[in-house]
Amino acid sequence: MKRLLFLLPVLAFAGLIAVFGVGLTHDPKLLPSQLIDRPLPEFALPGIEAVPGGGPGFASAAIRGEPALLNVFASWCAACPQEHPVLTQIAAEGVPVYGLAWKDKPSDSRGWLERWGNPYTAVAADEAGRTAIDLGVTGVPETFIVDKRGRVRYKQIGPISPQVWEATIKPLMAQLSAEA
Amino acid sequence: MRPAIAALLLLLSGPALAVLPDEMLADPALEARARNLSKELRCVVCQNQSIDDSDAPLARDLRIVVREQLRMGRTDAQTLDYVSARYGDFVLLKPPFKPATWALWAGPFLLLGAGAAGLAFWRRRPAAGAGAPAGDAPLTPAEAASLADLSAPDLTPHSLTGPPQPR
Repeated sequence: MKRLLFLLPVLAFAGLIAVFGVGLTHDPKLLPSQLIDRPLPEFALPGIEAVPGGGPGFASAAIRGEPALLNVFASWCAACPQEHPVLTQIAAEGVPVYGLAWKDKPSDSRGWLERWGNPYTAVAADEAGRTAIDLGVTGVPETFIVDKRGRVRYKQIGPISPQVWEATIKPLMAQLSAEA
Repeated sequence: MRPAIAALLLLLSGPALAVLPDEMLADPALEARARNLSKELRCVVCQNQSIDDSDAPLARDLRIVVREQLRMGRTDAQTLDYVSARYGDFVLLKPPFKPATWALWAGPFLLLGAGAAGLAFWRRRPAAGAGAPAGDAPLTPAEAASLADLSAPDLTPHSLTGPPQPR
């Protein structure tokens, strides 16, 4: 009994180290989304056409009926060109990909899409960044997976790599398509 | 003399504010509340700064959001809720007291209690033994003989070192 008591601080220390060890595997930059299983916050934003507010843009209600991606991007975003080919491929596979240009001048967003190509079903300009705050966006790129009923089901923080698409998002899209 | 004055002036200068004049509210009371709330909200871009400290564009946006909420007549708690509903409890530099954070808030007190209990246990233990501590008991005759033998000068011939030899 006495010997076991002697071990107590050692065990407590080992437990603490285990907790810290697990903590080291978490990336504090990856904030869990508050929107999971909740409807997409309502927004109605202009597009990126030359006339301010004159472009088509889209509203949150447009993302409904079939599972879709809502991708937050910006012309000033360094990782976005890296993600761009994957988004192009996803769009080519028939998945609607909506683009939200965050804190970006519409003319810059347009120039960026002219340079890299436009994979988006529709692009909305969130120049003030208020819709992004409602979405809980912390940086670009971020992508929300929205189900048929317009609820957010998953949030990808950082670029969608081909691996993330194949291993995580594609299976999820298939599952969401199968849902009633 | 000049460097001394420059050093003195540097010491007198305050920290630069991240809050820009165009963000500030005209009503000083409301602005003071906004400043206090901003100090309690974590900047999600540079995570160890409050939005009051941070120069990140998103921190500026959130400072403006906080001021908008206050101007709309929201209470401090409602304003913090508005932000945490979007970014989670992580943005609150003072975590709320709820089931998920009970261990966080109570942990230090539990550890202190455990330490105090342990200390009390270890200090009481000798008294819990039967009778007086062994050190105070009178020596048995055998022990007394053994002690006398050990403390006597060792002059026996079979001593391993032997008597000192003349050089």
